[in-house]
Amino acid sequence: MITADGITVAYGRHRVLDGVSLSVARGETVGLRGPSGAGKSTLLRVLALLHRPVAGTVSIDGTAITGIRYAVPPAVRTRIGVLFQSPRAAADPRLSLADLIAEPLRVARLPRATVTGRVAELADVVGLTADLLIRRPHAVSDGQLQRACLARAFAHTPDYLLCDEATTMLDAATQALIAAVITDYQQRHNAGVLIVTHDPALMTRWADRCLDLGDLAAVDP
Amino acid sequence: MTTTVRTSALLGISDLTVRFELPDATVDAVTGVSLAVAPGELLAVVGESGCGKSVLAHALLGLLPANATVTGRAVLHGGEAPVDLLGAGEKILARTVRGRRIGLVPQSPATALTPVRTGRHLLAETLRVHGRARGDAEAVAADAGLAPADLDLYPHELSGGMAQRLATALALAPDPPLLLADEPTSGLDRLLVDATLDLLRQRCDNGATVILITHDLAAAQRVADTVAVMYASRIVEHRPAAGFFAGPRHPYAHALLEALPDRAFAPIPGHPPMLTELPAGCAFAPRCPRAADECGSRPGLAPDGPGRVACHRPIGSHP
Repeated sequence: MITADGITVAYGRHRVLDGVSLSVARGETVGLRGPSGAGKSTLLRVLALLHRPVAGTVSIDGTAITGIRYAVPPAVRTRIGVLFQSPRAAADPRLSLADLIAEPLRVARLPRATVTGRVAELADVVGLTADLLIRRPHAVSDGQLQRACLARAFAHTPDYLLCDEATTMLDAATQALIAAVITDYQQRHNAGVLIVTHDPALMTRWADRCLDLGDLAAVDP
Repeated sequence: MTTTVRTSALLGISDLTVRFELPDATVDAVTGVSLAVAPGELLAVVGESGCGKSVLAHALLGLLPANATVTGRAVLHGGEAPVDLLGAGEKILARTVRGRRIGLVPQSPATALTPVRTGRHLLAETLRVHGRARGDAEAVAADAGLAPADLDLYPHELSGGMAQRLATALALAPDPPLLLADEPTSGLDRLLVDATLDLLRQRCDNGATVILITHDLAAAQRVADTVAVMYASRIVEHRPAAGFFAGPRHPYAHALLEALPDRAFAPIPGHPPMLTELPAGCAFAPRCPRAADECGSRPGLAPDGPGRVACHRPIGSHP
């Protein structure tokens, strides 16, 4: 279970989140919605341990992330995979898709042969062929690049996958494919999935339960 | 492949083809597109990313990079002398067409707005260039759903939705008879999507023509009169929206609709072909459940009821 408890985040004087709590258990798909600017992406970044909240804690299976430096041990970090809205912004344009997928594995200092084998496995999971893997982001479509980003998110077999509007800019066919790949991964690894979307049809179809960000804040602390 | 273009059309595109020359390949970005759009019509051009939709729009405005080769004709009527957009020089396009006769609602408004000018300044500039009173700014902004106070903000202070409405207001300000909207709703939440679409619809109801380029089929269904589906640089189906959403004839169009979350939510197997190496036959055949031997030859876009379809075995004809 990944849990956010009483999360408050402010950008300057602007308070984006005010005492927000939610949790995602292994095996479930939770949908999160709210109007533009409500703080959905901010909450997702907090859950991904990319942004330290002003107040509140994130805990993973009961272990809270704390400390003055907010240092997240790699063993914890790799339990969370993140898929962002724009693969163009999330992918280094200088890397081939294969190198993009390999990056988290190299960061973990896995042997070269292991990395190569694992990249092939991951590419297979998301349906990327060898001729696509040698290309760099400018030479593939948004949908193909998002598949590579998904393979990268799967690299360390995370227990939790956080998706921030991950299919909004994709066409219906690619959206359905990304959703199918994620659902398949979830079933095989009993992963907890959080999807942020403002498409009600997608929410109804994909999420087991749906949360409105507006309802999550603490009422008058 | 030529189609007779009705003289009543505001824009008649015939056999529009765009090629990009790369050092080691040629990209077939748009191939043999023929379309007629009538005054007051809202045409939605839909398809997967990378199928050539945006290139089509940019070709009409003469905004393609230098390595593009454009052939065909695209004649714009409507009040003034007809002009062939593909044959006209940069001077004519810049002085008489862009903004005045064709407005563009860009894909990412945040990058299309000058960051050091307020919305009011941008709008006043556009109005001045087009000979309208700068005092119209607030009225034009209100049409696009922007409050007067929002106009005093700089682009970085605007939310995605507000930036989108400002970009839309800028395109609408000169009151062009034709609007090209290139993914005008990507990244907006559903309320803003609907508001933007309704604004475009309203322009059509007032007699303007809109070509809406989108990957969002729900958006097309909400406002379009006609739908053209592009796949691998070609139009594969073109018909009135009601008939299209009730029962598309091309297997690709059918698969695309079935991928919607409120329908089967089923992905289409395989990848679209690379535009540098399109197959000789039907480009969708490798992914098509209905493919047969005859699909090795490319089907033309043939009349089909009230629309057109490019398929040897359209849905409903070979049960």
